Amino acid sequence: MKFYLLVSALLTAAAISTGESIPQDQIQKLTANDLASGKRIFVGQCALCHGIGGTGGRGPALDRPDLPRAANNQSLFNIIKNGIPETEMPEAWQRTDREIWQVAGYVRSLGRTAVSKLPGDPAKGRQIYDSKGGCAVCHIIGGRGGSFGPALSEIGARRSAAHLREALIDPGGSVPEGFMVVSVVTRDGHRFRAMRLNEDSFTIQLRDASNKFHSFRKLDLTEVNKEPGVSTMPSYRDALSASEIDDLVAYLAGLRGGK
Amino acid sequence: MKTIRLIVTVCILLFPAFVLSQVPYKRILNAASEPGNWLTYSGNYQGHRFSPLTEITPQNVVRLKPAWVYQIGARSRFETSPLVVDGIMYITEPPTKVTALDLRTGRPLWTWQRAMPLVVRTIGFGPTNRGVAILDDTLYVGTLDCHLVALDAKSGAARWETKVGDNMTGHSITAAPLAIDGKIIVGISGGEAGIRGFLDAYDAKTGKLAWRLWTIPGPGEPGHDTWHGDSWKTGGAPTWVTGSYDPKLNLIYWGTGNPGPDWNGDARPGDNLYSCSLLAVDAATGRIKWYFQFTPHDVHDWDATEIPVLLDASIGGRARKLVAMANRNAFYYLFDRETGEFIVGTPYAKQTWAKGLDARGRPIVLPNTEPTVEGNLVWPSLQGATNWFSPSYSPNSKLFYVAVREMGAYYYKGEAEYKPGTFFAGGGERALAGDQAYGAIRALEVETGKMKWEFRLQSPPWAGVLATAGGLVFSGSDEGNFYALDAMTGKPLWDFQTGGPMAANPISFLIDGKQHIAMAAGHALFVFGLR
Repeated sequence: MKFYLLVSALLTAAAISTGESIPQDQIQKLTANDLASGKRIFVGQCALCHGIGGTGGRGPALDRPDLPRAANNQSLFNIIKNGIPETEMPEAWQRTDREIWQVAGYVRSLGRTAVSKLPGDPAKGRQIYDSKGGCAVCHIIGGRGGSFGPALSEIGARRSAAHLREALIDPGGSVPEGFMVVSVVTRDGHRFRAMRLNEDSFTIQLRDASNKFHSFRKLDLTEVNKEPGVSTMPSYRDALSASEIDDLVAYLAGLRGGK
Repeated sequence: MKTIRLIVTVCILLFPAFVLSQVPYKRILNAASEPGNWLTYSGNYQGHRFSPLTEITPQNVVRLKPAWVYQIGARSRFETSPLVVDGIMYITEPPTKVTALDLRTGRPLWTWQRAMPLVVRTIGFGPTNRGVAILDDTLYVGTLDCHLVALDAKSGAARWETKVGDNMTGHSITAAPLAIDGKIIVGISGGEAGIRGFLDAYDAKTGKLAWRLWTIPGPGEPGHDTWHGDSWKTGGAPTWVTGSYDPKLNLIYWGTGNPGPDWNGDARPGDNLYSCSLLAVDAATGRIKWYFQFTPHDVHDWDATEIPVLLDASIGGRARKLVAMANRNAFYYLFDRETGEFIVGTPYAKQTWAKGLDARGRPIVLPNTEPTVEGNLVWPSLQGATNWFSPSYSPNSKLFYVAVREMGAYYYKGEAEYKPGTFFAGGGERALAGDQAYGAIRALEVETGKMKWEFRLQSPPWAGVLATAGGLVFSGSDEGNFYALDAMTGKPLWDFQTGGPMAANPISFLIDGKQHIAMAAGHALFVFGLR
């Protein structure tokens, strides 16, 4: 015990000696006006690289629930304030801490949906997910399920209820990255219709319906046809009633991974 | 006395470098006569990025394999365009480090690193460097904190340094300097920070400023009236990519960047000279002989800093001295390089902002193409139909090869308030990415700009192009492919996955009499040869 106390004291002393301090998370205290100010600064200072709305560009996209370099809000604050060494991300030396929190709050709002009251019953939605919907065949939630489709453990933080509803009714309307359907024909006449994992100017990598991986050089293919707007997921428009879709949306919207 | 004379004579015999400089101006002037080396940023003063070497051909390129790889330690983008001089390769590494490599093995011989202050401002670009210049026995490098440094080419020891601009106001240098006879020409970055752009010439021996050309005219100078109020003081027009040089005309051809603030032109009504322009500059005096503005009153960040390519061709049955540029605004242009006469202008990529060009080359801008608060979709994106990475011209095929970005973007207008050393941009874009965008290498007929062939790329590229007398065109993709195309047809003949995106320019040279190609990819420099 004494040893741990000693280590703890040494670590504290080290933190003090390096002058580093962990700012207190201010994002929860931000008002709508603060977020509007954050947006204004973002458009003027950040959008050049991160894109308007944080959709990405020369800098990474920020419209996602998890930011790899900012696991918590304090990290996000520090990155905006101090920049990232050896990258194009500069420090915001001209901004006050309050302005930086405003920007941080705006950035978080880009990638995380707000919690909202929904008409459906999440408990019933979970039953539909596991039984009638058959969703677990292709999707992972909390470690369980198939891996053919995207994992959904945090889908509620990433997608709005309206988006989730639309995706259940018209899955082709918003095919996520890494799930585009592509059909290719080899020089010896074999046809593969599968999801695209990756592609460059000379090669393409696919995953077929049995989750099997295929790699091709494009010079060995006679056809490469992309099918934007096509999803391997079936539409639930007719398979579920309106209230069942409400329930399923309520269940999925509640999957926030603690965010 | 006799003894001293004897010692000096012996020294000269043993160490001829004491009296003969290694790379006098004449060597660079006649770069085509020694294709085993690569003596200036674009390979020659004409900006061709063309290798006269013929060993690697469409028939044998399939045997191209890595000879060596040099890895850098920095995490920033590695955008170097190397020089090769008498068995040594000189590269720059981010943020400002010069390394001499053994050409045979890739083993470092010496390194010089700029000691940087705690805060270095790179506003609108990353901490990178695109190469050095060499003249006599000295290397010249521009630093991220905006100094020009002269290094001894044999040892890497610093001979002198001179301050070019104030980094605290966003001035910086990423471009390779251009060495001409006795002068080092230096371009400046900072177009997103509200600097007033300039192009400088320094005495190669002493570092003393020979002349400065302000790219935004001051009060009383022609063109000043194209700015409103004090907007000229923060109007941008930087000079951040290396230009070209015609030794006979003694004219430097250098492009200028966007006016500031980038996407909100409300405070700077007028054409905003000499932003987004090609300047033909008298190398002796720094005075503008002629200029051409590609995008008057630009509000899309379409810098005209692309490489001016000097070439001679017959136009209408008459031999002409020409300069060509594939501009970021998606038009290809051809001018008489003595007079600046506009000859040809035609789109080489998708554009939705101009109906066309008038008889003098001025764009006929379509209505409702300016950035708006709600966002306005326009092609090309703010990164342009091409960018700083080099095109190539082959005197053999008479084709102009350009790496093209086919990408549109929603342009947004925002507020812009000038605070020294911060972004002064006034908006931004939301680009159409993923499968909505693509890239290409396009071969254009120099006289007309008409496309002879294209090779499609998965995404818009950031890599330059090298054409060779062997009949090949080399370039790289954002997905890590370094590849060779048939220079006459665009047919892909060879490719290699380097594992990192390319934002650099290829070069070619000889190692022990054998042709090699070098290209920076990811955080490594690859050198390829036939095996």
